[in-house]
Amino acid sequence: MIKKLLVHAVAVAALLTGATTQVHAQLRVEIAGVGAQQIPIAVAGFADEGIAPQQVSAIIKADLERSGMFKVMDAGVMSDAAQINYGEWKSRGAEALVVGSVQRLADGRFDVRYRLLDTLKSSQLSALALAAQPQFTRVTGHKIADDIYEKLVGVRGAFATRVAYVTKVGNEYRLEVADADGEGVNVALRSNEPIISPAWSPDGTRVAYVSFENKKPVVYVQNLVTRQRTVVANFKGSNSAPSWSPDGSKIAIALARNGLTQVYTVNADGSNLQRLTNTDGIDTEPQFSADGKSIYFTSDRSGGPQIYRMPATGGNAQRVTFTGSYNISPRISPDGKSLAYISRRDGRFQLYVLDLSNNQELRLSDTTKDESPSFSPNGKYIMYATESGGRRGTLAVVSVDGRIKQRVTTQAGDIREPNWGPFMN
Amino acid sequence: MRSPKILALMLTSAMLVAACSSPVKLDDKAAVEDRTGSTTGQNADPRSVGTVNATRSGMDPLNDPQGVLAKRSIYFDLDSYSVKDEFKPVLDAHARYLNANKSRQIVIQGNTDERGGREYNLALGQKRAEAVRRALSLLGVQESQMEAVSFGKEKPKALGSDEAAWAENRRADIAY
Repeated sequence: MIKKLLVHAVAVAALLTGATTQVHAQLRVEIAGVGAQQIPIAVAGFADEGIAPQQVSAIIKADLERSGMFKVMDAGVMSDAAQINYGEWKSRGAEALVVGSVQRLADGRFDVRYRLLDTLKSSQLSALALAAQPQFTRVTGHKIADDIYEKLVGVRGAFATRVAYVTKVGNEYRLEVADADGEGVNVALRSNEPIISPAWSPDGTRVAYVSFENKKPVVYVQNLVTRQRTVVANFKGSNSAPSWSPDGSKIAIALARNGLTQVYTVNADGSNLQRLTNTDGIDTEPQFSADGKSIYFTSDRSGGPQIYRMPATGGNAQRVTFTGSYNISPRISPDGKSLAYISRRDGRFQLYVLDLSNNQELRLSDTTKDESPSFSPNGKYIMYATESGGRRGTLAVVSVDGRIKQRVTTQAGDIREPNWGPFMN
Repeated sequence: MRSPKILALMLTSAMLVAACSSPVKLDDKAAVEDRTGSTTGQNADPRSVGTVNATRSGMDPLNDPQGVLAKRSIYFDLDSYSVKDEFKPVLDAHARYLNANKSRQIVIQGNTDERGGREYNLALGQKRAEAVRRALSLLGVQESQMEAVSFGKEKPKALGSDEAAWAENRRADIAY
């Protein structure tokens, strides 16, 4: 039953080679657009990396290229133990050099060692030794790419994170979890009824979502490891829009148990229901702020839908969005400083980001049916669902400055409702 | 386009109202056999033919494909969440049926067209289902007999991205 699909990483525009690489996987990621400045970096093949199930250096290169922040150069094969001729790499235009090696340990794990070198200062910027089971070789590559990104860009990398999303193929809906590069797809839930609004727990072990398997929307929490499912909210009427508090203790939800949709919180086990809003209109899509003190939500109390903020225990709400007559799906950045949302302007539904310090608004997409934005945990990218190239249901990734763009598709069916998972150690 | 249908609908509605007002239980009228015309007694003529009555007056009106209770969809205008007058006869009929059959329960399923966010559309579909629930409540239907839920834009009846498909999906369905 497993369909063989392709990942097709296409480097365009200023990416120097324009080379096309193909590996077997299940999602297809295309890059379009790069950062304002790209750091030239040479990445060597790691010594003896052929003994591991995956080529670690290739994973690192693909991550760095996809980020749009690097100009990646080949550097042959170089061990972390090799003598480095800094002058040579400096003259070839590389500001940084990555070398490494792979060794099999007696217990069956692979020990991956790497060094990041500054060719301009002729010094070492970082080094790691990571031992992992063979099936985690890919994660090891992503962790090294995260370290390179952090040392050179100054922000923690998000390559070793995962995303959850929903696919629809024929009559089957699937909640899937994949690495942030689209590899390593796992199916968490199959259903013949819709699944929407997946939301990762802050520790990355559980996903809350809305499933229609009981002929109505019900909120579940599923432990990804044990497959245990907990019904968090199955009250009379519709139950939807789960969002975790930063400490993982509470889930904000939208319930229509007393008429129209209102915002509530429950404990993660479904106990201790508290009603937070009390209007005779719609209040939905609650999202905890990064510090857990506020909840952003969508409300039609002023007529059309707009985004509001209130204390996390309820109380007076302040309107946050004022431009346009339809602003929905608030998502707060990890640093709490900006708000991503979908705005309808002239019939187009597009991704916007609002700088909360100065109320400057930036449109981040050129597509017209955008939905469900989700920040990467380092706050540098936003993933969202859209339609493009005549395809229903694709995912797109855009950097928060709008410069770097990626498109993620599957070969069969459509893909929607992305939610970017947290950092995990 | 719709007006002849509506007329027919109102007529059947009127008939149903008349039927409901009679003290005789509809189910009891489901005469299984009619032996008039056949020879009486134990020794029925092996060539006799008995008539089974499966006409409209003989069945649960809920199962009558021609009856007003077969109408279970309430359509809404764009950005509208109030029940239009043309659907009042349909709600009247369902209210009468539910009031006469307290053990029957319905789920009112609200739907929206495909435009906009999934969660906000779920709330808008709820608003349509809720409008129908309130209308039935005003007609005396007990809360315990009704649940208003939403499918938002997740279960479109009409696929496609044109006005006809959108209009078909701006709907609340009554499901027994």
